[in-house]
Amino acid sequence: MTVNLSKGQGISLQKADGGTLTAVRMGLGWQAAPRRGLFGSRTREIDLDASALLFADKQPVDVVFFQKLVSDDGSVRHTGDNRVGGAGQGGDDEAILVDLQRVPVHINEIAFTVNSFTGQTFGEVQNAFCRLVDETTGQELARYTLDGGGQYTAQIMAKVHRSGNGWAMTAIGTPANGRTFQDLVPAVQASL
Amino acid sequence: MTAELTRGQNHPLSETRLEIRVSAGTPVVAGATLGDADGKVADAAWVAHPASPQLPGLEVSRQAAADHRLAVDLDAVPDAVHRVNVLLALPAGVGGPARFGDMAAPFLAVTSLEGAEVASYTITDLDAESAVVALELYRRQGAWKVRAVGQGYAGGLAAMLADQGLPGAAETAKAIDEAVAGGMARAIAPPPSRQSQGEGAVRRAAQTGGNAMDAGLAAVRPDHDPQPAPGDGLAGGPAAQQPPATGGPVSYQHPRRRTSTPPEPAPAAPQAEPGQPARPVAGDASGWTMNERLYNQVWGMFEDLARTTAAYRSAVDFAESRLEQELDRVLSDPRTRVGPAADAARQEARAKQDALVEQARAALDRDLAQLAAESEVVEHALPPAFARWDSPVWQGYQAPLETPMALRLGDLRLPERTNLRIPMLVRLPLERGLWIDSGRSDGTDAGLVDSAELRRLAMDTAVAHAARLLAVYPVGDLTVHVIDPAGSAGAALAPLLQSGALKEPPAAGAQGVTALLAQLTRRVDLVQMAVRSGAVDSLPPDLDVAEQLLIVNDFPHGFDDRAVTQLRYLADEGPAVGVHLMMVADREDSRVYGPVLDPLWRALLRITPVPSDHLADPWVGHAWTYEPSLVPAGSEVLRQVLWQVGQARRAYGL
Repeated sequence: MTVNLSKGQGISLQKADGGTLTAVRMGLGWQAAPRRGLFGSRTREIDLDASALLFADKQPVDVVFFQKLVSDDGSVRHTGDNRVGGAGQGGDDEAILVDLQRVPVHINEIAFTVNSFTGQTFGEVQNAFCRLVDETTGQELARYTLDGGGQYTAQIMAKVHRSGNGWAMTAIGTPANGRTFQDLVPAVQASL
Repeated sequence: MTAELTRGQNHPLSETRLEIRVSAGTPVVAGATLGDADGKVADAAWVAHPASPQLPGLEVSRQAAADHRLAVDLDAVPDAVHRVNVLLALPAGVGGPARFGDMAAPFLAVTSLEGAEVASYTITDLDAESAVVALELYRRQGAWKVRAVGQGYAGGLAAMLADQGLPGAAETAKAIDEAVAGGMARAIAPPPSRQSQGEGAVRRAAQTGGNAMDAGLAAVRPDHDPQPAPGDGLAGGPAAQQPPATGGPVSYQHPRRRTSTPPEPAPAAPQAEPGQPARPVAGDASGWTMNERLYNQVWGMFEDLARTTAAYRSAVDFAESRLEQELDRVLSDPRTRVGPAADAARQEARAKQDALVEQARAALDRDLAQLAAESEVVEHALPPAFARWDSPVWQGYQAPLETPMALRLGDLRLPERTNLRIPMLVRLPLERGLWIDSGRSDGTDAGLVDSAELRRLAMDTAVAHAARLLAVYPVGDLTVHVIDPAGSAGAALAPLLQSGALKEPPAAGAQGVTALLAQLTRRVDLVQMAVRSGAVDSLPPDLDVAEQLLIVNDFPHGFDDRAVTQLRYLADEGPAVGVHLMMVADREDSRVYGPVLDPLWRALLRITPVPSDHLADPWVGHAWTYEPSLVPAGSEVLRQVLWQVGQARRAYGL
């Protein structure tokens, strides 16, 4: 059962049977730019990048993005950079796996962001979405559609944070501008 | 698509001509029994085993081996046969492990004749068993299927065969043990038969094996009475099969492990079993061979230890910086600087720090316990190239038939848990030369050792590494040269020289150095030229095509400028064409050369004769304490292994 999230909405990641989730995947997908007829290789590809920022008491501690695919502690892993996108509404083009049990004890928030590395605004990108999947069962927990992004090149999508003994997720959906995650750190800190 | 079977799972077979590959890490006996519709084995003629390897549609190996290929043609199996059981057993009375729990988990794959895997099965959870029914091929509605069985028998073959209803199970089991003991005795002969080198080789061994096996059997019988199977042949009898408590049995279950699931929902407890951390099994990483899987597993453990320690250190650092900030805040506010409120605030800040550090320590301890349990299991399963010198595998050392993928140079550990040691494995052939630092540098525990002693230790370390390299390369595939200009390393080199493992005596004096370097430089030049022009077969016949290892002691003593240049050339160009350097040197000695030699030192992998924390991992860059892999004091293992190497070389006429 998928929840379509709206801005600011939160969901708990407690399972229905009382256990907590152990591993989640944040997936990002978008539709590739349409081919140009002649000289098709000069199609202006759309490169969106997913990043995860690890915070301890609102201080950035570590980051996972296309140039650093694994956090130092190994709990957050990026499956690799996709620079052209896929069909849209299909599978994930980039994914970040989080092993919640292995996240270091002082990390209490993980924020997920999307940047347009090639500079297109979300208004130009078709069918972009991000979603949270229970990695152990493959079940989609939440989906967030990146439409109506307007003249923005980045979005702070969601955060996964500690809540009680387990973890919860809150959709943030704050638009921002930036080429990589570095440009977003202040905006992310503001929205935690 | 390969189906990875778990115990009890079955899978349809679309082809009837199949091959079953077995890979077990240590020699095992592979056999097969044919069963009727009730699963009963009618008589001993329905058992394929080393003494009688062929049945209609079925052929097994005549020997105990770490790798087997069983050819199966299900169309040729008699119609009365409804089941084919593939079984593995540990050879009795030949000094190998006595129970499957002491070795790596055996792996079986059912493949088509083209080699495409249909189904595979790793037999985990074995403990005191010495025989196991691994797979079952059975008829179901006119077609054949395969099932992963994994049924072990502590009573060995006799108990297993009796369980399948075979009359005279004990006699058959005894015949198998005798045949295997005979085969093993023969396999020790210096030019080892290449029985596990592939399908064709298996055939050849099977054809020529008969006479030699009888001879071997006769020679071995008086002193090597194969372990008799329990008389009554039932599973109740085999108290003798229980391993002695001192035999180093590996417990897969770590005593200190607790279930990681919260105990609160009590009714869920039985189902919580799969949620526990998996019991560590040696060789459960990916890879094509057991050695590759063990190599990948060791690197996986290395990475996990690096990362889990990074998590701990990061949490502790954070807790400390937060404490400092909070204490500063208390101090900076004049109203709260003194008085009970300030004390309370300070105490609260300290309590917060303690709580976080304690949490981090608990997470670290949980991970370390899991890694320690895994390390214990893996360490026992390692082949000689990866094993410590005190490992029992060195006692049963035989010259290998192929170069292993990696070599253990020593152990790595972190201060958080000094008794958890990760083997440091480097790929073979060596990608960089080695520099065994005999100098007194930062980061070593050399404070208590004087410099002469350090030089002696460095040379001993070099000899231990060279001996290991000689032992793990196939006979004649590695030639070792030594430059010892002043003859100061005579004592350390004695084991290499006496055993005949060294082809020529160490090069002494400036002349010896020049001649040897010229010879190796010529080899590098010629091989490079041949490789570039694609004319490898036109190398001069007198050229030694084996890999070359050059040990240099007392550098730069005896070296002139020309020799130094040649050495640098060898360090840069040699590894790509099979010429490797092992420098035993103190960088201070060659200080007069100035920065000219810096590239030489940088090109080499620096290791030390004493523990030193100068190596960094590739993931987070912790400083790891390296400890060389040395022969335990008073142990004769190095001499024994080198003697075997020398024997094998003589047998090959080298």
